[in-house]
Amino acid sequence: MSEQQSQIPVTVLTGYLGSGKTTLLNRILSEDHGKRYAVIVNEFGEIGIDNDLIVESDEEIYEMNNGCVCCTVRGDLVRVVEGLTRRPGRFDAIIVETTGLADPAPVAQTFFMDEDVRAKTRLDAVVALVDAKHLPLRLKDSNEAQDQIAFADVVVLNKTDLVTPQELAEVEATIRAINPSARIHRTERARVALSEVLDRGAFDLQRALDNDPHFLDHDHPDHVCGPDCDHDHEHDHHHHHHAPSAIHDIGVTSVSLRGGEMDPRKFFPWIEKITQMDGPNILRLKGIIAFRDDPDRYVVQGVHMIVEGDHQRPWKEGEKRESRLVFIGRELDAERLRRTFEACQA
Amino acid sequence: MPTVAPLDLDAHCLACAWLDDIPHFALADGMVHRLDHGHKWVKAHDGLLCAAADGARLVTGGEDGRVMAVTSDGHARCLAELGRKWIGSVATGPQGAVAFASGRLAHVRLADGNTRTFQHPRSVEGLAFAPKGMRLAVARYNGATLHFAAAEGRPTELEWAGAHTGVTFSPDGRFLVTTMQENALHGWKLADGKHMRMAGYPAKVKSFSWSAKGRWLATSGAPAAIVWPFHAKDGPMGKTPLELGTRGDTMVTQVCCHPTEEIAAIGYGDGMILAARFADGKEVLLRRAGKGAVTAMRWDGEGRRLAFGCETGECGVVDISA
Repeated sequence: MSEQQSQIPVTVLTGYLGSGKTTLLNRILSEDHGKRYAVIVNEFGEIGIDNDLIVESDEEIYEMNNGCVCCTVRGDLVRVVEGLTRRPGRFDAIIVETTGLADPAPVAQTFFMDEDVRAKTRLDAVVALVDAKHLPLRLKDSNEAQDQIAFADVVVLNKTDLVTPQELAEVEATIRAINPSARIHRTERARVALSEVLDRGAFDLQRALDNDPHFLDHDHPDHVCGPDCDHDHEHDHHHHHHAPSAIHDIGVTSVSLRGGEMDPRKFFPWIEKITQMDGPNILRLKGIIAFRDDPDRYVVQGVHMIVEGDHQRPWKEGEKRESRLVFIGRELDAERLRRTFEACQA
Repeated sequence: MPTVAPLDLDAHCLACAWLDDIPHFALADGMVHRLDHGHKWVKAHDGLLCAAADGARLVTGGEDGRVMAVTSDGHARCLAELGRKWIGSVATGPQGAVAFASGRLAHVRLADGNTRTFQHPRSVEGLAFAPKGMRLAVARYNGATLHFAAAEGRPTELEWAGAHTGVTFSPDGRFLVTTMQENALHGWKLADGKHMRMAGYPAKVKSFSWSAKGRWLATSGAPAAIVWPFHAKDGPMGKTPLELGTRGDTMVTQVCCHPTEEIAAIGYGDGMILAARFADGKEVLLRRAGKGAVTAMRWDGEGRRLAFGCETGECGVVDISA
């Protein structure tokens, strides 16, 4: 794991103007947490703190010349990250700030698809700041707002003081409907504990699901929230029962699948085929798979057509050996996904 | 036997250059070191991002938005100051011309101090001057653009899908070759715009070097130096490249062709440097493996000494005449 440790963690911060992103960024840069950050922004000027390591870069989305429309990287990030990592020791982590209009996929994919960036850095988490009051409107009129929530590992639901409890519950249910696996934090003035947004290891297969012992349980009828549940326990758990979202016309949906033990000879060709065929529509996927005769849990995650998997840890005694997988995307055929997933069972 | 005079520094070495026969080492921390009757240095930037040399000057671009010219007397002179944006690329050209890029703008500064600016719809990734005629090539998304650096005239657009990150003219000016975000090179025969695809690399090509008289183009990006023949009418099309200095356990990270002989210095991911002859593939060890990848190499004018630098700051000069 020594290679892992030398890789610099990268947090991607998404959110519209007015969502509180700058407030959060300024807190990260000014609070006394003993870490130094390099920040990559699209435009100077929004950040009030005079930090030496703020780099402005023009968003450059480059399609890879391999015929796959979803294989895109942020060319400017490739360059800036290369420059920053030639002088390690100046900072402990990188934050990439994207505008509300940015597509988060190329940002995330840069950290998987570019071999140089991948060798030096690791994507820690995608954090989306959303404004509780204006989110419903944003979701209606822009794909980007939906994509940012779909991509997020952590959603900071900000400005909760500007909405009624009823509105807040609806907004949260909407976020849950788009992305059942994200951690949601309700805040005012972006006052979320920084440990909840930084150094999350959300893309680290070894850590991601340990941080979330009840992965995909929060929406399960059997799940009773306990002290080890790492999600906000407020009010009466609106997010547990998915009342259909009050907001219509949202293209991004999620499909949560559960099954028993899987046959790896069926599962791997299946996930490969699904991501090849539906890659452009699949924004994120995450899962824990129980393979027959395998003592270890297998975890998978993906962005569009990129799928990664690894053995994580042994199944604990008494732990139910079941497979869980969530797809977040557009035009997902839930029935077909469920049927073909179940056909991979051993 | 080649002898190595080491110079152990403490930052990533981006470029080596010989200025007035004195070896210079440009480091990512912004310092430019030289070996001139002892170890000397000058600070060019706070954060150095790119460098190019024309024999008399080392031109550098930095995180501080400045373009500097370092000379062998230890002076660093500011050629341009563009504000807070990083200078992503620099190039030196004929008659003292210098080009530099920041974001989507490419600037040319002529010897008389006049500057011209070229705006592009996408970021300028790489710059190179043609050997003659004051033409500037810009590597960009979906191709390359050729500007008249000193005169008016419509630029020539060369299109090829994908992101082009670096660019070089062949020394005879007949070919333009780009490195890409993909593991490939692309080339154009400038007379007729004919395409040349040079693919099959296991890694990105980050280093390239033309051999004496431009007969070959040596490249990194594989466990061997991949050397394309350019002496035929249509360049390397339909021909197999040479593979020199093949290693099983690491990749070639730098190549630098000898100024007169058909020999290339090949630097590897583990710090080893070999010299290999094109004619028979014969290899000579120039430097044993060190702590990190070779990131810069340059022969002196006679091809007797090779300056090198590594990502770990290990630098030095190999003398092959001893």
